[in-house]
Amino acid sequence: MSTQAVGYFGEFGGQYVPETLMPALEELTREFEAVRNDPEFQNELQALRQSYSGRPTPLYFAERLTQYAGGASIYLKREDLNHTGSHKINNTLGQILLAIRMGKRRIIAETGAGQHGVATATVCARFGLECHVYMGEEDTRRQALNVFRMELLGAKVHPVASGTRTLKDATNEAIRDWVTNIESTHYIIGSVVGPHPYPTMVREFQAVIGREAREQILEISGRLPDAVVACVGGGSNAMGIFHPFIDDREVALYGVEAAGEGVDTPRHAAALTLGRIGVLHGAKSYLLHDEDGQILPAHSISAGLDYPGVGPEHSYLKETGRAQYVPMTDREALDAFVKLSQLEGIIPALESAHAVAYGIKLARELGPKAQIIINISGRGDKDVAEAAELLEKGGFQL
Amino acid sequence: MSRIADTFKRLRAEKRTALIPYITAGDPSLAATEAIVPALVSGGADLIEIGIPYSDPLADGPTIQLAAQRALEAGTTIAKVHESVKQMRTQGVEVPLLYLVYYNCIFRQGEERFVADAAAAGIDGLIVPDLPLEASESLRQKAKDAGLDLIYLLAPTSTPERIKRTTEQASGFIYCVSLTGVTGVRTHISTALEPFLSRVRKVTDIPLAVGFGISTPDQAAQVAGVADGVIVGSALINTIHENASSPEAAAEVAYSFMASFRQGIDRGTLTTVATND
Repeated sequence: MSTQAVGYFGEFGGQYVPETLMPALEELTREFEAVRNDPEFQNELQALRQSYSGRPTPLYFAERLTQYAGGASIYLKREDLNHTGSHKINNTLGQILLAIRMGKRRIIAETGAGQHGVATATVCARFGLECHVYMGEEDTRRQALNVFRMELLGAKVHPVASGTRTLKDATNEAIRDWVTNIESTHYIIGSVVGPHPYPTMVREFQAVIGREAREQILEISGRLPDAVVACVGGGSNAMGIFHPFIDDREVALYGVEAAGEGVDTPRHAAALTLGRIGVLHGAKSYLLHDEDGQILPAHSISAGLDYPGVGPEHSYLKETGRAQYVPMTDREALDAFVKLSQLEGIIPALESAHAVAYGIKLARELGPKAQIIINISGRGDKDVAEAAELLEKGGFQL
Repeated sequence: MSRIADTFKRLRAEKRTALIPYITAGDPSLAATEAIVPALVSGGADLIEIGIPYSDPLADGPTIQLAAQRALEAGTTIAKVHESVKQMRTQGVEVPLLYLVYYNCIFRQGEERFVADAAAAGIDGLIVPDLPLEASESLRQKAKDAGLDLIYLLAPTSTPERIKRTTEQASGFIYCVSLTGVTGVRTHISTALEPFLSRVRKVTDIPLAVGFGISTPDQAAQVAGVADGVIVGSALINTIHENASSPEAAAEVAYSFMASFRQGIDRGTLTTVATND
């Protein structure tokens, strides 16, 4: 895909960061470009994907979910079967190899639900690097199990008490750490957000999802899918599965945002559906902010989607019309969380449940001749305690 | 020539170093800000940075983060800050005033509108800590057309190539970040500062003001020996926050704080040989 200026997707992206970071971003861009087509690096990464993370992940025909929806054939891309339980490790494996190449011995990361924090702590343990994870205080409480997992893996978890005490503030704090320790430290951003080259680099490391899915669906069915559906917080699992289908114009791409309590309430995280263009964490993109540019708090039952911004390439795909973005509420996601568990024996992450919710709807609309792929970006073990509480509160009958 | 450039020219002729305090507008109220600014001038400030409070100030340490939070909780908006600046000008504040403002605040309002409103309020320059050279062309042009200086920042990590390109676009002064890190009180001045400043001096004679981490009159004196301007923010905000219960009390505390830095700086400048060639 063409980008108009280096580091931009149309008008989105760029590098809006303090001067102190600019030389580090220049270095990172150079190193990333160098490894992008370096067979030795790619082979090493590929070997780790296979032997360490368990790739390729299956593309699974969800027979009972398909029957339930009563429309298109539904295939699930099983990113939940990755080591550490989500797609996040695709990115952290790539970035840790890059960090080692640059001679950085100290790794920092931000995390919301803890999935990216765990994936980062995991690769740091595997390669013996020092690891610091910033996590909103509110999220350390909601995801105490993941805090323990990170600590068990040898990482230091820093609770962040500023601002809304969630992912946005954890990201601010990670950037502040990076500005301070720039010489020794590589910052592994967990999504397709942040200043260039992160949105492109993270997409490239995640594009393995879409490359596999494209090959697998061709092998299984002999043709491309009619649609690909993925949830979007920052948007890395979605960019990863979308990217290899971008030039297949007949494949519709749907990104599913968190509508929280509803897009007609202030409690949602639907930056693409309801946001305005702005600048957050180094990139220009759609964003929830007020008329003075003050960032508004986001809300979603899923901590991984609880973010007021979105990756700049998604803004570009929205603007060009190549992808559609739709909001699903907390309640719709919870319903899909239960449905997938009971119909397929697969407990999805609450993030991924948003994609399942829209996928069911879309399958009905498209009818039985169509076929769609839903990306199951992570497994739901981390969410069961919270889900139990929410289901009871919401009056769901299991 | 801009009011900022004029000020540095005059100070250079007098062999003095500029004292540049930073405060967050609206912390704890805009009435306090309006009282503090004239007191800073009386205490010896040559230029003043007024921070527009922002929800996500990623270049700032805890002191300025909390100041911004207090200001936003008190209902501070950009429009009200402009009004306060107008008020200060009416009351006779004549030193150059600059906004320290994160880019999203400017972008959301629109560069053109923001610059026009700032100029109309009586602002002389903009410091935008998350807008590097590469993304600054359009704002720099609009600021220039409105008679404002866009102040660029350089850091100890800036490469010679970036230093050169930045100095070519700079006007007013260059904000040299004394260390790799965020704003906030530090116990000593980085040893990397002097070599960093000489790298910049080699390619430009635009005034260099140093900020981040300067917390005591002694540190200010030390920096005054090598820089054209000394910026002090977090230490001032802490002092005001801890000691002031009313706008009048805040003004009094701000005045004594500034006067002690003025003495420090004048001491530092006098003991220095010219560093500008």
